[in-house]
Amino acid sequence: MATVQKVNGDAGEGKTKWDRVEEMDEFRLLILAKKEFVIPATVFFVVYYFALPVLVGYAPEFMSRKVLGPVNLAYLFALSQFFVAWGIAWAYVCAARRFDKFGAHILETLKREGYDEKQDGKRGL
Amino acid sequence: MHLDMTLVLFLSFIVITLGITAWASRRSGSSSSFFAANRQITAWQNGIAVAGDYMSAASFLGIAGLIAFFGYDGFLYSVGWLVAYLTVLLIVAEPLRNAGKYTMADVLAYRMNPRPVRAMASLSTLVVSTFYMIAQMVGAGSLVALLLKGSHISYTTAVIGVGILMIVYVVFGGMLATTWVQIIKAVLLIAGTILLSILVLAHFHFSLSEFFTAISQVTYHGAGGKVIVQDFMTPGLRFKPPYGPLEVISLGVALIFGTAGLPHILVRFYTVPDAKTARYSVVWAMVIIGSFYIMTTFLGFGAATIVGRDFIAKNGGTNMSAPLLAKVIAGDVFFAFISAIAFATILAVVAGLTISASTSFAHDVWTNVIHHGVERHAGEERKVARISAFVVGAVAIAIAIVLGPTANVAFLVALAFAVAASANVPVIIFSIYWKKFNTAGAVCGLAAGLLGSIILILIGPSIMGIDAATVVGAARHPIQHAPIFPLENPGLLSVPIGFAGALLGTLFGAKDPQAIQRFEELEVRANTGLGSEKATAH
Repeated sequence: MATVQKVNGDAGEGKTKWDRVEEMDEFRLLILAKKEFVIPATVFFVVYYFALPVLVGYAPEFMSRKVLGPVNLAYLFALSQFFVAWGIAWAYVCAARRFDKFGAHILETLKREGYDEKQDGKRGL
Repeated sequence: MHLDMTLVLFLSFIVITLGITAWASRRSGSSSSFFAANRQITAWQNGIAVAGDYMSAASFLGIAGLIAFFGYDGFLYSVGWLVAYLTVLLIVAEPLRNAGKYTMADVLAYRMNPRPVRAMASLSTLVVSTFYMIAQMVGAGSLVALLLKGSHISYTTAVIGVGILMIVYVVFGGMLATTWVQIIKAVLLIAGTILLSILVLAHFHFSLSEFFTAISQVTYHGAGGKVIVQDFMTPGLRFKPPYGPLEVISLGVALIFGTAGLPHILVRFYTVPDAKTARYSVVWAMVIIGSFYIMTTFLGFGAATIVGRDFIAKNGGTNMSAPLLAKVIAGDVFFAFISAIAFATILAVVAGLTISASTSFAHDVWTNVIHHGVERHAGEERKVARISAFVVGAVAIAIAIVLGPTANVAFLVALAFAVAASANVPVIIFSIYWKKFNTAGAVCGLAAGLLGSIILILIGPSIMGIDAATVVGAARHPIQHAPIFPLENPGLLSVPIGFAGALLGTLFGAKDPQAIQRFEELEVRANTGLGSEKATAH
């Protein structure tokens, strides 16, 4: 019973559920896995996106070159942005399945230690 | 004839949406249902609703017009408007859903001293929503003025009508009705766009090479009646040197970061049961929004090649490109259909803006700032939100009437994006990801971003400029002086100002041990959904 109170409690009641999760290995792995995906993906899409205005703005002749019949490089590069964005979104959804597994493990561990989800979420914001 | 058709189609949209409002009003008996649709919206529903909230008059009418007049440079807007959703997907949507309740400020205030942070965040929400809303209302007004030319319905009547409808949706139907209005509108918009694109392709005998060949030799009359043949796929027709390239980059910064700070988009993630659904709804939204913006190729270039710049300029200007394309290519009935969709688009976006603005006032300012986080009696927050929806609607109607049916409103939407990108996004990102971030940093970041972006707009070429004596009315710059800041969109400078404000406020502001202490709690909650607001049965 003591554990139940401890784990369900919020700040000010000794060790909280937040502290408990924070020290779990799964949680550290979750944060690490997220960083490993989100940071490179963000850097990549920002660089890829800004390459478009930079190239179009500072190398207009190069970008106006016709590469596919009447279609020029500028249009194809702009169009590619849509597919790259969809591709990154798809990759993220796949990667996030792993994040969800970590999350489920964390919740399971907490429940084993007496955490009651139904009693939670009542604290007002 | 087409006017009657437009009215009939538009009236059927109104009847259906009011029916939904009546249905939703019986389910809006609690705060969670009024503000967050009981958090029971599914991923695909919310994805369509996000797309509906996002594809405003600026997208459907504005981008088609920009491409019709400036070719490739107009298409650059389309690209930024989709790629921006990666910021929402990767950085903001899930932590926001896990850590917040009804508004953006919930997340910002989570580990800070709540009252100053909420007050600033709510101010920024109201500023962004107001700019966005004025643009929509004036857009609606000018569309109406053109469509109803010669009829007994005036611009003022039309604006009041749009305003009253949006108030009814929000006050009686809450978030549930607003969500379904968005969904219906988005489906109509996509259907109209697909039809129009197919018709454009059919015009070119379903040959892409014939279509793109036509784009590379568009003919129109320049100044002085000179015939110009121009390759519309060439970049630089709108954004010309010396500042053109920087302008495009600055616009990109505002779009890419601004979307993740638009309050009416962010609140949509509170209507779903959990973070995973929020994630899938962003993906749904990206599929719909991306397909739509790719099709602006057919709408915009179609208008440029089939209708032509000369005809559009004489018949209502850039914003009428898509409806005029429908008229030229398929006649009056289709024109009526597309015009009705444009109305519905504006109406739905305005309703979405109204609910996010009034929720922020009721939840952030009234309950949490004025009354220290306590609802004095059950349902007070909802009541205040309904009253503020009235006020927001009335103010929007009044401003739109005062501004009149001017066309020069695109900069208002760009301003909304720039303010959101500069004020909201740095603070959202630091709150979720930076342990040392504190109350002083949040307040400084919001204030610096808000002031920085507004001041740069005021001293930029949207407001300042020297016009010839022949330029009259709305086309004249409000301040007759050479612009001090050279770019129309301030994103390139104002977003760094927002980040710098947040950074400096944190480093030099008062110590805030609670903010550091509660970071752990926010980190766990944002990443696992532990303790997050659950869906409620109704």
